Amino acid sequence: MSEKNKNKSSFFFISKNSEPIFSKKNRQLLTDPLDDNNPITVQVLGICSALAITVQLKPAIVMTMSVIFVMASSNVIISLLRNLIPNRIRIIVFLVVISSLVALVDEVLRAYAYDVSKELSIFIGLIVTNCIVMGRLEAFALGNGVWKSFLDGIGNAFGYGFILILVAFFRELLGSGKLMGVQVIPDFIYEMGYEDNGLMLLSPMALITVGLIIWVQRSRNTKLIEEN
Amino acid sequence: MNRDSNLYTFLFIGLLIVGIASILTFTARTLKPLQDENVRNEKMQNILSTVGVNVNREEAESNYNKFIIQELSLKLDGSINESLNPFSEIDLVKELKKDYNNQHFPLYVAEIDSKQFYIIELRGFGLWDAIWGYISFESDFNTIKGASFDHKGETAGLGAEITQDWFKKSFEQEKIFNDSGDFVGITVLKGNNDPGNIDKNDHEVDAISGSTITGDGVTNMIYERIKNYIPFINKMNQSVVMN
Repeated sequence: MSEKNKNKSSFFFISKNSEPIFSKKNRQLLTDPLDDNNPITVQVLGICSALAITVQLKPAIVMTMSVIFVMASSNVIISLLRNLIPNRIRIIVFLVVISSLVALVDEVLRAYAYDVSKELSIFIGLIVTNCIVMGRLEAFALGNGVWKSFLDGIGNAFGYGFILILVAFFRELLGSGKLMGVQVIPDFIYEMGYEDNGLMLLSPMALITVGLIIWVQRSRNTKLIEEN
Repeated sequence: MNRDSNLYTFLFIGLLIVGIASILTFTARTLKPLQDENVRNEKMQNILSTVGVNVNREEAESNYNKFIIQELSLKLDGSINESLNPFSEIDLVKELKKDYNNQHFPLYVAEIDSKQFYIIELRGFGLWDAIWGYISFESDFNTIKGASFDHKGETAGLGAEITQDWFKKSFEQEKIFNDSGDFVGITVLKGNNDPGNIDKNDHEVDAISGSTITGDGVTNMIYERIKNYIPFINKMNQSVVMN
């Protein structure tokens, strides 16, 4: 009986008996995706949305929050079900779970944060196609406990959102001279002949900005450079 | 049970889908009244904003009741269908699919400081999806008092900029009829002919860079919708002359 109970508790919190909640390994689940294993700059996933919604800072931030919610919850749900999901249809199960969570976010935003939901409109739906979410379910949640999967989801969503917000910061600042929709470049600079760079508003500059971030990251973190 | 058997697979996915469908239905049903309320208040907010009354969403309803003195459902020949409430019963999404002869055209009349304004509801297509808005006219039904636009999925930072104040402002005081009295509408035009939009008699406003197709959509929407009100405008002008 006691053996059974022990198994049961380790089903939900696999690390409960053997590992503290914030052990070094678990902390790494949170911090790795921010730098060494960043979903965008290292794994080059989720580029599509990084192009689409980084013209302005505000949608990027709301998108980040929505992705954090969707990734953490879908990781937890799939991790809970991991011993029950038939292997052959696991991708379908992932899709069903992710898209229902996204539908849920959309409904709640439309009821309680109507303006934000309008701002994001189609992009919320696009979370379904975000390769990072699916990738983490397949690579992590399917084989790890609930708590670890939760941390992994949060960590990766932050790693994704951090780059998103960084790109959006530069694009909004240089493209329209604003941050969060408020003008930050003072008028006298415009009077001296400065002009906003319209190119920053177009998708190619998002790619180039991501490229520059990757350059800076690899020059600081040399273990990311492939040897050949 | 064997996790790889067909029966298990069908059972699992069946249960999962029933479970998830119930959760989603429950959420959607519970949140529906709140969402409808948001949409309703926003519509009032948008209508009011074209005549210069900017209120937050909570105060929209009381202000709407205060300033909007008439809600009319027009037919194509300019007559009024009394039995239809334009605010709640005319849905332009559905109307646009009908033949012009069967459509109804909503018209709101506002009175502010004993001046009358006419507000027309617009709907058309941008680059990705629907665009819509409201446009208001001064009592001559020619000079634009204000406009408000919204969209479902135009590109943020480009097409989506049609919702910005500076774009809406450029429509103010423009005229939809030319000097000889023909209906021309308003063209959203590329080319920086008049970027400051000082010329108010050119029936043009300056376009937004990077959103040509959304801009063309606005042009078409204004032309396509307002042209249906011309019989009503003519009738109204005649009756003014007769009086």
